Amino acid sequence: MARLTIDDLKKVKEKTAKETSLRYGKARIKITVHMGTCGIAAGARDVMNALMTEMAEADRQDIRVVASGCMGMCSSEPNVTIEVDGEEPIVYQLMDANKMRQVFKRHVLLGEVQTDFALAKM
Amino acid sequence: MKELSLHILDVAENGINAGADRVRITVEEARKDNRLRIVLSDNGRGIPPDLIRNVTDPFYTTRTTRRVGLGLSLLEAAARQCNGSMRVESTEGKGTSVIVEFEYNHIDRAPLGDMAGTLISLIMGYPDVDFEYIHTINSRRFAIKTIDIKNMFDGRSVSEPDVFRKLRQTLQDGLTFLRNPG
Repeated sequence: MARLTIDDLKKVKEKTAKETSLRYGKARIKITVHMGTCGIAAGARDVMNALMTEMAEADRQDIRVVASGCMGMCSSEPNVTIEVDGEEPIVYQLMDANKMRQVFKRHVLLGEVQTDFALAKM
Repeated sequence: MKELSLHILDVAENGINAGADRVRITVEEARKDNRLRIVLSDNGRGIPPDLIRNVTDPFYTTRTTRRVGLGLSLLEAAARQCNGSMRVESTEGKGTSVIVEFEYNHIDRAPLGDMAGTLISLIMGYPDVDFEYIHTINSRRFAIKTIDIKNMFDGRSVSEPDVFRKLRQTLQDGLTFLRNPG
């Protein structure tokens, strides 16, 4: 078996740090798409798919996307929560694919909260 | 719900919320037999025997945040309205299977819809869960396992852009070829 070099170890360190930041909470921004029965029926799947397309184009390593269940605000589904480190989480309501693209480009990437679609601060 | 793929998304999430880290989705379109069969299996914590008879009651839920649980009741209603049926098999500690059958050509059967979108939502929303999807139309077959995609990319997360693009392309190509092999 070949011996590990310093470069090999550096690569392992970089890879592990990248994976850890993506998967275990070191991401700076967390986007939650609420996908309970009510959210799915209202169009959360299209919102999630639009978001993933934007994510692939942005290629940012510090953003994490998760799905979650109903947050209890069924009448305003699809809901999306954006949490940026050090800021209050913003819940967006009645989302669709176009609104999701706008929120991603303006709020997530540029930090401009889209108050027209916002339901609440948490 | 307008599409069966939305029901699949919803019921698959039930399993994940019950602690599953492996979910298998099987869709069998036996057009010659006029039958559509969907099976969702997970390795979640399962449903206790005394609760299983209540799972299709829309006013029964184990959640405490609200008092309705519509996922399985809506799927059962969708099956029944086109001469189909649904049954739930579960073993505590081992997992649950939901088996639904539809009359394929029934006028009230909802379309299967955007299965690629459903799978992408599940895989990206729950990157730590391993999904297996098997879709057959008569004798043609498409199957994909997220673990295979991850292995192809040396165990990297499906959230990474190039892994996601490969996954999306594989799903879309596979499902398109399944429907239009010529």
